Amino acid sequence: MNALTIRDLRKTYPNGFEALKGISMDVTEGDFFALLGPNGAGKSTTIGIVCSLVNKSGGSVSVFGHDLGRERDLAKRCIGLVPQEINFNQFEQVMDIVVTQAGYYGIEPEEAGDRAEACLRQLGLWEKRDSVSRSLSGGMKRRLMIARALVHSPRLLMLDEPSAGVDIEIRRSMWEFLEELNREGTTIILTTHYLEEAESLCRHIGIIDHGQLVEMTNMATLLADLHTESFVLDLTIPVDHLPDLVNYHIEQLDPTTLIVDVRREQDINGLFRELTDHNLVVSSLRNKSNRLEQLFMRLLDEKKRSADSDFSSEG
Amino acid sequence: MNWRIAYQTILRREIRRFARIWPQTLLPPVITTSLYFLIFGTLIGERIGDMDGKPYMEYLVPGIILMAVISNSYNNVVSSFYSTKFQRHIEELLIAPVPNWVILSGYVSGGVARGLIVGFVVALVSGFFTQLNVHHYGVAAAVMVLTAILFALAGFINATLANSFDDVSIIPNFVLTPLTYLGGVFYSIDLLPDFWQKISLVNPILYMVNAFRYGLIGVSDIDVVTAFLIVGLFVVVLVLTSLFLLHRGIGIKV
Repeated sequence: MNALTIRDLRKTYPNGFEALKGISMDVTEGDFFALLGPNGAGKSTTIGIVCSLVNKSGGSVSVFGHDLGRERDLAKRCIGLVPQEINFNQFEQVMDIVVTQAGYYGIEPEEAGDRAEACLRQLGLWEKRDSVSRSLSGGMKRRLMIARALVHSPRLLMLDEPSAGVDIEIRRSMWEFLEELNREGTTIILTTHYLEEAESLCRHIGIIDHGQLVEMTNMATLLADLHTESFVLDLTIPVDHLPDLVNYHIEQLDPTTLIVDVRREQDINGLFRELTDHNLVVSSLRNKSNRLEQLFMRLLDEKKRSADSDFSSEG
Repeated sequence: MNWRIAYQTILRREIRRFARIWPQTLLPPVITTSLYFLIFGTLIGERIGDMDGKPYMEYLVPGIILMAVISNSYNNVVSSFYSTKFQRHIEELLIAPVPNWVILSGYVSGGVARGLIVGFVVALVSGFFTQLNVHHYGVAAAVMVLTAILFALAGFINATLANSFDDVSIIPNFVLTPLTYLGGVFYSIDLLPDFWQKISLVNPILYMVNAFRYGLIGVSDIDVVTAFLIVGLFVVVLVLTSLFLLHRGIGIKV
């Protein structure tokens, strides 16, 4: 079953800006899906329409089979949203914010209190339940918005740029939480600028540019399309000059850090043989997480080139 | 969907809001109206004598109470709903399956609650200055509630259409206050020349003040049934306007 079905979704803002030019996409139940795109591509508009915060100009949206127009209540019950910007009442207490949100979903006050407690404990905010929300740190505010989004147990959780302005530690713990939530069955859709985030978390990916969907595929296929993978090597002993490897392109970041490109037809064993020949000892190895970024830029370039060639052939 | 709980949640939130900031919401009207009673009622009123056959202090009380109801029910909704838009926590409501009429009822009820609470407090304060023998409890209560509903609705529409805090203060300062002061709070329109009497009849607040005055002390410049019909008509028009704005998302969604 599809958690989200979007057909020919269009949005033209009152100033004439066409933010969405007929997007169609499906997200299956249980998926962890990333919606990527540059600023102004239409990601937040798409999320806004699905969450009833933005009026659509055309097309249809259904959530777990419930059309957002005809079965509004049923569709809305399935959705939880963690917005990009802080949007809770900064003068209210943490507990009140979550309990109030539960009330909007028709949950009785006693049960709302129990649910709010469970969500706040899960996100490490229970000790802050009586604090006024504006006194929370940035990371806590983000977690509060997640707790609020989960209080009615949505089947589809949407996060708009969840890592924006969040430090690495909080980002990592939030990722772990979202992975756990997804394992328990919640479908998750996120928009992000952190391509590493999409690569680490998501199984499927959609790329939006200029209001159109330019790519819709699964992460493994996408990454396999790349011809080269870059690895960061930490050396035990510093080197003064760059070793001259025969089969691999290599760069030196600093005396103990190298970056090596390995093409798809090559293997890492060969790389290590060459490194050993140069008496280099590698203490650790990790992916340089730029693969998705490369692909992203390539897709956008290809699209631009295709548009340019259409234009010149028409001319 | 359990609409009752959603409605109660909005109402509870609204009451919690104005109760939390009571020095800004509940206290000032008590101080202001006490000064009105002291200056206009006691000091100047003694020189004015009777108005429509009643001592001026007694004549003044219904208008002052209703003035407090009008400004508090209006201000509560306009400031609360606009700050809900401004801080963007209106999104909490828009994403949830809360029907528009429940959103409207919740905010209007919050405004009515504050208007009535302040109205009762002002009525209690008036007890220090004069003795009121209520002429018709039913009429007085109905006018008070209808007036609070009407101005809470007007505040809701103002907040929905407002794009800045300036827009929130324009109507209360430049429309509501003049209409209230010219709506027979301090005088009987019989004192005015014919032309200005006719102009005054366009002012809806005149009907509310007079109907309320009838309920409290038994005198009115206006037929009470006409007053109820006009107030009722305004309520219906403002309810339909508010629901239209919510349905279209005007001032709320892009």
